[in-house]
Amino acid sequence: MSSYLTIKNLTVRLKNGAPILRAVSLDVAAGQVHGLVGESGAGKSMIGKAVLGTLPRALQVTSGEIWLDGVDLLSLPASERRRRIGATAALIPQDPLTALNPSKRIGPQITRRLVDILGWRKQDAEARALDLLGEVHIPDPARVMRSYPHELSGGMRQRILIASAFAAEPKLIIADEPTTALDVTVQKQILRLIGEMQARHNTALLFVTHDLGVVSKVCDTLSVLYAGKVVEEARMQRFFMRPIHPYSAALLAATPTYTNPDSSLTPVPQTVTDAVEREVREHDLRAGA
Amino acid sequence: MMYEIRDLRLSFPDMTQKPLLGPAPRIEVLKGLSFDLPKGAVLGIVGGSGSGKSTLGRAMLRLLEPSAGSITFDGTDITHMQEAQLRGMRQRFQMIFQDPMSSLNPRRKVGGIIAGPLKLHGLDGLQARVDEALDMVGLPRSFAQRYPHELSGGQRQRVGIARAIALRPAFILADEIVSGLDVSSQAQVLNLLGELVRELGLTLAFVSHDLSVIRRLCDRVLVLHQGVIVEEGETAALFEAPQEAYTRALLEAIPLPDPDQPWE
Amino acid sequence: MRDARGDVKRPIGLRLWLSGGWLTLLVLSAVFAPLIAPKDPLMQDLFLGRMPPFWMEGSEPGYFLGTDSLGRDVLSRMLYGARLALIVALVAGTITCVIGATLGLIAGYYRGWPDRIISRFVDIWMAFPPVLFAILLIAVLGPGLMSIIIAIVVIDWTRFARVVRAEAMSQGAMDYVASAQVAGRTRFGTMLTEILPNVLPTIVALLTLEMGIAVIVEAILSFVNLSISTDSPTWGGMISEGRTSVHQAWWVLVFPLITLFLTVLSFSQLGEGLKDRFDPVLR
Ligand SMILES: Nc1ncnc2c1ncn2[C@@H]1O[C@H](COP(=O)(O)OP(=O)(O)OP(=O)(O)O)[C@@H](O)[C@H]1O
Ligand SMILES: Nc1ncnc2c1ncn2[C@@H]1O[C@H](COP(=O)(O)OP(=O)(O)OP(=O)(O)O)[C@@H](O)[C@H]1O
Ligand SMILES: [Mg+2]
Ligand SMILES: [Mg+2]
Repeated sequence: MSSYLTIKNLTVRLKNGAPILRAVSLDVAAGQVHGLVGESGAGKSMIGKAVLGTLPRALQVTSGEIWLDGVDLLSLPASERRRRIGATAALIPQDPLTALNPSKRIGPQITRRLVDILGWRKQDAEARALDLLGEVHIPDPARVMRSYPHELSGGMRQRILIASAFAAEPKLIIADEPTTALDVTVQKQILRLIGEMQARHNTALLFVTHDLGVVSKVCDTLSVLYAGKVVEEARMQRFFMRPIHPYSAALLAATPTYTNPDSSLTPVPQTVTDAVEREVREHDLRAGA
Repeated sequence: MMYEIRDLRLSFPDMTQKPLLGPAPRIEVLKGLSFDLPKGAVLGIVGGSGSGKSTLGRAMLRLLEPSAGSITFDGTDITHMQEAQLRGMRQRFQMIFQDPMSSLNPRRKVGGIIAGPLKLHGLDGLQARVDEALDMVGLPRSFAQRYPHELSGGQRQRVGIARAIALRPAFILADEIVSGLDVSSQAQVLNLLGELVRELGLTLAFVSHDLSVIRRLCDRVLVLHQGVIVEEGETAALFEAPQEAYTRALLEAIPLPDPDQPWE
Repeated sequence: MRDARGDVKRPIGLRLWLSGGWLTLLVLSAVFAPLIAPKDPLMQDLFLGRMPPFWMEGSEPGYFLGTDSLGRDVLSRMLYGARLALIVALVAGTITCVIGATLGLIAGYYRGWPDRIISRFVDIWMAFPPVLFAILLIAVLGPGLMSIIIAIVVIDWTRFARVVRAEAMSQGAMDYVASAQVAGRTRFGTMLTEILPNVLPTIVALLTLEMGIAVIVEAILSFVNLSISTDSPTWGGMISEGRTSVHQAWWVLVFPLITLFLTVLSFSQLGEGLKDRFDPVLR
């Protein structure tokens, strides 16, 4: 099983030198779903942005490799890399509202990529967009195509971004918390749909989430991130049976379930976070040496 | 009572169907909702995507004007109140928005975002209040100097929460505020809200699709489906014996962190 | 060090420095033209007609960039010409911007009837063909500095109004505006403190572009002799004169043309450069 996306020792720093990602390595195989979990601010979104070459200006890749389909992206000239990424990868962004242009109707925003980059005919692209909106269970897709983003609910906007990510049948999808605005019934349908589409097109999927429940349903493998460092990489079954790293175990234990109403809301214990912090600091020392 | 809501109806003009001349037809999004929210209570609002939860929230905050029915806030009828009159009361009811990035002004620093409303209502000791709010939501104080785009999704969400609680309102409507947070920050925020409710008598309406969270935090739950209330009741009762098929479907679809859970 | 992103490092400051530098130079020469101009720009000397610039055979000391057919010093005329060009750019640009942006902001943010009135007005206004409009206006007002400025404002304010309206409208749909309302900010206050800072980058970009356009419009009007009196030095006037004798004295045409080109380019680059440098969202 060859991997479609490989990240090796990726280090990303702020311009002032502060590390955001610390030698991150991970693999996503074609047709597989790799989960990326970790606390808020751990650097999950930045991994996706580094792959797509859309890091904010204040951030910089200082070392490491990103291989996409056998090509080291970072060694390509910028234009060639952009072209390659544009043709093969898609992002489902974390902020649905800001990702959509507030002054444009939904329809053209979905079809633009198909028409402009992939050279589809306008009618074909529109038909495809309508189909996809139906597939993500948006009621009255024809009306939604003609609506503006602010006229839709949060969950509808999120599903629109999912639909438009799938529109061009990409080989790699980076899904950044794609179901946070969906209620569980829709979430279930969407996750199933993502699975189907992905199986159909043999897509590699990097799935950022903090919901371990979701991870256990869709992921084949996963990485746990803490302060920009991968603390555990595991196959999904094994992770839920026997998490190895204490932080992973604590994360699992802290996940609330509605079936157990008496469990109190406990953050990850201080002792555990202190231990990981120490680990991260040691890493920095070694990296500095 | 903090809120008494009677037969609340709200509709939007459907601009996609607007004829060349004349007004657009209207789509009714809230179709006659009635419920009470006692002071100091925590009400969970759940429902499918597009069922009208955020719209209900915006109506309760009078960001939208109802087309029929009435909303009484703390004894005052605010259904059709003018904005100028509402402005004086606005400190008392706050909303935390669903989409964190868009609810923060991109060209203002976090400190300014939190201090803005405080200044408007003439509160003093701004710096101390901003620091305190950041502490409460678990963000470092140095974040006051950052712009929203320099934060992660969950950090932005917590800035929105900090802005609302810094004003010490009597009522907060929280629209899907923990869905973007990891379990640890989630626990921290929920515990914080719980404390505010217990110690300062905050009244809370909590929109969420995460039923595990609703079960822990809320006294009562209201299930919304396509703009009508299909079920309302005590949290425990509702979870033990959901009356409506829709509520049951919601419960069954929750993914548990367990690979062996059946998930057809 | 190779930037590991593989990007050619973007010279963020360069644009700003180059365009800002050129414009500063221009402003200084305009302000101090009487002090630094080697000759009187109006002084004719028919014996010194069509002298080439200093590095060429047969040049006359003191006339660095040569003379035109009437023996006037090209460099001095260009320096004085910068005065008119910059006055038109600053005054016309600013007035156009203030009128257009204010109307656009109000229409885009308040929507409803203010928007209907303003937008209708803009539509009707834009139905007139602009050049005809300008020529007509100057024919009525008579040529002169004021007329040029008024013509530019009258033609171009609609561009500001339309762009700023669209931008204000999409900003108005963002939740941070709703959240200002929740906080109890007045509508007018929200427009000034929340919306305006977010459309400001657009306004600045338009303004610098407009200044460049104003310089060109002034040159065109001088070119067709609709600007101020024909012998006071303007770049457009010089280009128009130089055109007739380009084979005998190319420098009369080329130097003002280059200056005009650099100035217009600098204005448009200044806008982009300022955005790169000062917009926190892009930093
Ligand atoms: N421009 C910036 N300047 C300084 N710090 C930044 C900047 N952009 C991001 N960061 C920091 O980088 C870290 C990683 O951010 P990232 O968005 O990847 O987090 P995340 O794991 O996606 O979290 P979340 O689950 O909350 O979205 C955060 O701590 C954030 O504060
Ligand atoms: N400004 C508007 N104009 C027209 N229709 C609107 C407008 N705002 C909301 N709607 C419609 O109202 C319905 C309810 O939207 P609302 O945002 O209240 O849903 P929600 O329950 O919050 O859903 P979600 O969980 O997805 O956020 C949707 O069908 C939406 O399209
Ligand atoms: Mg993120
Ligand atoms: Mg909503």
